[in-house]
Amino acid sequence: MHKLEELTRQAAALTRGMPSIEVSDAARMLQICNACRYCEGYCAVFPAMTRRLAFDRADVHYLANLCHNCGACLHACQYAPPHEFGVNLPRAMARVRQQTWAEHAWPAAFGALYRRNGVWVALALVAALTLFIALAALDPGGGWRMPPQGDFYRVVPHRLMVGLFLPVFVYVVAVLAIGVRRFFIGLQAGTPTKPAVRDAARDVLTLRYLDGGHGDGCNEADDAFTLARRRAHHLVFYGFLLCFAATCVATLYHFVLGQRAPYEWTSVPKLLGTSGGAALALGSAWLWWLHRRRHRLHREPTQTGLDRGFIALLFLTATSGLALALLRSSAAMPLLLSLHLATVLALFVTLPYGKFAHGVYRGAALLKWAIEKRQPARLDVGES
Amino acid sequence: MIDVLVIGGGNAALCAALTAREAGAEVTLLEASPREWRGGNSQHTRNLRCMHDAPQDVLVDAYPEEEYWQDLLKVTGGATDEALARLVIRASSSCRPWMHRHGVRFQPSLSGALHTARTNAFFLGGGKALVNAYYRSAEALGVQVNYDAPVDRLALRDGHFEAAFVNGERIAARACVLAAGGFESNLDWLRQAWGHNARGENPVDNFLIRGTRYNTGTVLRFMLDAGADAVGDPTQAHMVAIDARAPLYDGGICTRIDCVSLGIVVNREAQRFYDEGEDFWPKRYAIWGRLVAQQPGQVAWSIIDAKALGRFMPPVFPGVRADAPRDLAVRLGLDEARFMRTLHDYNAATREGTFDHTALDDCRTEGLYPPKSHWARRLDTPPFFGFALKPGVTFTYLGLKTDASAAVQFAGQPSANLFVAGEMMAGNVLGKGYTAGVGMSIGTAFGRIAGANAAAVARQGAAAHAQA
Repeated sequence: MHKLEELTRQAAALTRGMPSIEVSDAARMLQICNACRYCEGYCAVFPAMTRRLAFDRADVHYLANLCHNCGACLHACQYAPPHEFGVNLPRAMARVRQQTWAEHAWPAAFGALYRRNGVWVALALVAALTLFIALAALDPGGGWRMPPQGDFYRVVPHRLMVGLFLPVFVYVVAVLAIGVRRFFIGLQAGTPTKPAVRDAARDVLTLRYLDGGHGDGCNEADDAFTLARRRAHHLVFYGFLLCFAATCVATLYHFVLGQRAPYEWTSVPKLLGTSGGAALALGSAWLWWLHRRRHRLHREPTQTGLDRGFIALLFLTATSGLALALLRSSAAMPLLLSLHLATVLALFVTLPYGKFAHGVYRGAALLKWAIEKRQPARLDVGES
Repeated sequence: MIDVLVIGGGNAALCAALTAREAGAEVTLLEASPREWRGGNSQHTRNLRCMHDAPQDVLVDAYPEEEYWQDLLKVTGGATDEALARLVIRASSSCRPWMHRHGVRFQPSLSGALHTARTNAFFLGGGKALVNAYYRSAEALGVQVNYDAPVDRLALRDGHFEAAFVNGERIAARACVLAAGGFESNLDWLRQAWGHNARGENPVDNFLIRGTRYNTGTVLRFMLDAGADAVGDPTQAHMVAIDARAPLYDGGICTRIDCVSLGIVVNREAQRFYDEGEDFWPKRYAIWGRLVAQQPGQVAWSIIDAKALGRFMPPVFPGVRADAPRDLAVRLGLDEARFMRTLHDYNAATREGTFDHTALDDCRTEGLYPPKSHWARRLDTPPFFGFALKPGVTFTYLGLKTDASAAVQFAGQPSANLFVAGEMMAGNVLGKGYTAGVGMSIGTAFGRIAGANAAAVARQGAAAHAQA
């Protein structure tokens, strides 16, 4: 019995270093791509690929996270299905990315949440809703009773909000930081220089690699290029940041200036929040629509829940927040507040174990690329 | 009635359809393949050889008309038509804005193809991206595109086009452009053309087709039988030595084996048969298809050692690997003793100077036959790798004779409403040989000429019809 355990442990140790089927398949495709190179102008993945002759596990994870899933290489590929080579790099990369995030999840057991992610997101939302319904139901004041002047804190006390969301926020940041730091170290990227960091930041903030290399954009339903995904992404990204800024400013108002919410429509937190919320709602709805139309080969069917769960939470967060702002003085306010806080809580709880990870890990991969492209190429596939 | 019927679905056909449509004609395009295989050999191309007198967007320096013409003259050994060649060359200097308008995007030379940075504009994403862009533009402009529409015969009257037949359906049009490619994927036709060799083999049995499976030459055959004037050697094809494990069709660019000049090449008898270091690989890769085709079993093996790794475009499939040459011979199925003798003779004959694979260096063999003139270094550093090579057919040269109007000719008389473009007439300009990107230059130039002339004829026909 002891022997068997020992053998099992040895076998597990062996397979840990082995690339998964998904990594092997991506490496197989990269070998074909590296012998072809027609897509070199589309994004950073291909120039990074040509600096290599073979693709080990770390290389594949790096390139997978550098891939923005724009789809240009799929539609341009002479080896895409029905060709027997069956090259579909965007899909292969999407599968590997999910493994990268899962493998770097902390605690490790939570990596499993990336699979069947839609279920996890739905459960998180239900749990958060239950929590706020319970809070209201247990409220000795009678719960969901319309407080005077639409005062949120009579429904959910400010202290409770802070006490609930601050630890969650700290946890999210810490967990993502641990994961991405491990990932970056594993990439052996070297030390980031200032220009490299600047490049990576620009590539992230402008979503440079969703421009298709020609500025016409990326692919959605077919081989036509469109800037829709880039723009929708920007709405979500900057909308999210505006909402976050609104929360930060409001927190300052509360603790520093001693001004309690609700604030006027023309106040800074309200302006930031409503513009951010509108951008987030519009952008996430747009992304959902684009995702539904995506070409069948360009989708990864097992990740529909992962993608749409996150988009749905973003949309619900934004729209419930906007509805709350609009209907603050109505009888629906306590219900809307609970709904909004529940979606925000569900969003944050699922951030480190959901699609949000793509931005963080891609940022790390872009930083590695910004460092790597400054180094002299080791290869010289010459002319002789 | 349709004004212009375009038969074919690759670059030349699309250029013809777009040009005819721009001229106001009602255009229908018939692509023999299903949608996912559309574009013929154009989906495997990557660049356009462009004349230019000064640096342009993705092109460096200059590539003047005369130099382009001299290059063509050299590669064809004079098997070209100067007037048509110069027409293509000049068209290549001005066609790119038009291509850009129809969605084609360009990029500088790819890594590993920097020798073409001055002469060739690369399609961003390659030929399939170009084909996609043209189809999108064609559909947006109202060109009727029919897939799964192979034409099996035409109705001709005294050299005048009347209709084409697709799956039994008769499609009439006022004018027609033939741009349906060569016959390289028709193995029966290739077998006929090649016949049996002295060893009693039919070499075609071991050929691979680098391009589309849909270039069966049906329309070309019909036209030749119908008495259209031909051009180009019917027994010749452009051939490259490619990885023997490549698929029978559509292996495309990635199946090339680019390490020939860095090692030695042996045949089934484990013997060398040609100077592997005669010249730079981009200038030599096209002769190796024929060389391998002449070997017993139409197979050969490129052998390198660890010193070559990283110095050539990475191969699509890994090589057969061994730590000792003897083991490599066994793994490749070669006679061990003979392989070791060949290797020993080669190693003993190398006179190493300063190795430089970016120049015609002074590493060569002495007293060896065949010699290796450059990049000859001892094969002595494990691991050793072997890549099996087979002849890969890129395209055939046989086509239809034409002139600057792109009209098909019957006994020297140009047809009034039947035109030809692309690989079906490339032999007029490129009677033999090849140089990168010239096929697309011919297809683009003649596709646009054929489309414009077909549209003009069709509109005259329509006007005459309206008056009558």
